[in-house]
Amino acid sequence: MSFLSHFWHQLIGALPWDWAQFHYMQLALLAVLLAAPLFALIGTQVVGLRLVFFSDTLGHAALAGLGVGVIAGLAEPWWAMLVWAVLMALLMTWVQRRSRAGSDTVLGVFLAFSVALGIALLSHRGQTKQLLNYLVGDVLSITGHQLVALAVVLVVTVALALRWFNALSLIGLNASLAGSRGVRVAWVQAGFAVTVAVAVTMVIPWVGLLLINAFLVLPAATARLLARDMRQYLIWTIGLALSSGVGGLISSYYWDTPTGATIVLWATAFYALALLVHPSRLDKTSLNAEPAGAVD
Amino acid sequence: MPNIPEPAPLETPHTPCGACLTHVRNLGVHFHGRTVLENLTFDLRCGEITALVGPNGAGKTTLLRALLGEVPHTGDCHFHGGPGHPHRRLVIGYVPQRLTYDRAAPLSVADLFALSGGPRPVFFGLNASRRIAAHTALAEVDAAHLLNRRLGDLSGGELQRVLLALSLTPEPDLLLLDEPQQGLDAAGMELFHDLVARLRGRFDMAVVLVSHDLASVARVADRVFLLDGKLLAVGTPTELLASPLARQRLGLVNI
Repeated sequence: MSFLSHFWHQLIGALPWDWAQFHYMQLALLAVLLAAPLFALIGTQVVGLRLVFFSDTLGHAALAGLGVGVIAGLAEPWWAMLVWAVLMALLMTWVQRRSRAGSDTVLGVFLAFSVALGIALLSHRGQTKQLLNYLVGDVLSITGHQLVALAVVLVVTVALALRWFNALSLIGLNASLAGSRGVRVAWVQAGFAVTVAVAVTMVIPWVGLLLINAFLVLPAATARLLARDMRQYLIWTIGLALSSGVGGLISSYYWDTPTGATIVLWATAFYALALLVHPSRLDKTSLNAEPAGAVD
Repeated sequence: MPNIPEPAPLETPHTPCGACLTHVRNLGVHFHGRTVLENLTFDLRCGEITALVGPNGAGKTTLLRALLGEVPHTGDCHFHGGPGHPHRRLVIGYVPQRLTYDRAAPLSVADLFALSGGPRPVFFGLNASRRIAAHTALAEVDAAHLLNRRLGDLSGGELQRVLLALSLTPEPDLLLLDEPQQGLDAAGMELFHDLVARLRGRFDMAVVLVSHDLASVARVADRVFLLDGKLLAVGTPTELLASPLARQRLGLVNI
């Protein structure tokens, strides 16, 4: 592992630019190269399944997890965040399935509760500095161990996608149709919610809670304006996530801006460009129908 | 785009054997202590079109979902295959009321077949044999030219035919057609019913056609089930059209 790490630092250090000489930038670049395809893969499904607000709520739920971790006196409160987010993902999925209220209302309650609990717990312990760090993210905080963990998550997510990408997409079109094709709808939905929770919590410390969902959703939303089929959709999303990730990282070095925010500015710029290229698509994005699975 | 051979007829175009039966005995569905369906007993025979009619909220879609195994139910549902495949598992084809997607969704008809065809990820595309199968199924419903179109560009009638073709792969023993919620006018509905009637003679399957409109399914149905929580009446379309009970439940005006 240390050989690989040495090789990476030598490789990027050999590039002729200023930014490439810094150890933390070399780590950050690797983080972006791992996080972008991971988020692209998940983001295509989050947008396709209309779970944008769901994933946003999950990101905010992490704040309460952080608060709990700090109160419990954990050396690494990040672990509490991860466990909390996974539990919230499962709980939200379950409540959404059972609830008759509009699912955005239910999610809104979860979001408010998590943010309030997180702020209360962290302020109580005088951890407002840590609170700010998690809100906007800190690219300097990346460690080699976290990158190894992120690589593992990426590999596992790709493996899951190879098996369940179709099932998830079909659930997004019509859950009953998916069921008639042998998809175990509830299990697949719960598994996906957990995957989103893990991926989001891994990257929040670097990109920041406020912007994590934009990084997750914007490349896919842009790709939808440009792609005609599912293959193009995925390729565009990965390309856009990598471009805004690498572009944002490097320009944040020169502009002296927070990396997460700069990445999201790039992603927004790509979205605006895509709208200009396809102005006709904008007025066609009205929903064809309500969510599937209604009882007559 | 790979060369697609002229559509050959499906491997098993034959007249229905008439011996395959799906038995449903005492089927009931309860949600949160509320009885939605109770005590349904009937048989579905291959080669027959059964229209399932009833007012809104009668439990028509719930019955389909129970047959699909999607909602828990009491009672039994089992399948007896005809000669040649007596103990096979029941294969159900299902046409949903609607799909949820936005008009700009990056999703082609070929993608829809890839998504439904197993775990091979849609972004790898349809392999040659699946592409041919999709093309053949689409040809059965006069929609082979739609294979590479985006779903968002299809008309309501075209989407309905695509969904019908999808439900024919793999070839079902039982075809469940939920009533399309929108995008089809009366003429479109009539064309769709004619298509279903034509397929009924070419595949070894029983067809269940859900509708709230008895008059529109009367032309093609062999039998009609009047449903409102329970099975109120069973008969031919002519019998049901003449029945005061059915007319009252379905809100048909007596002249």
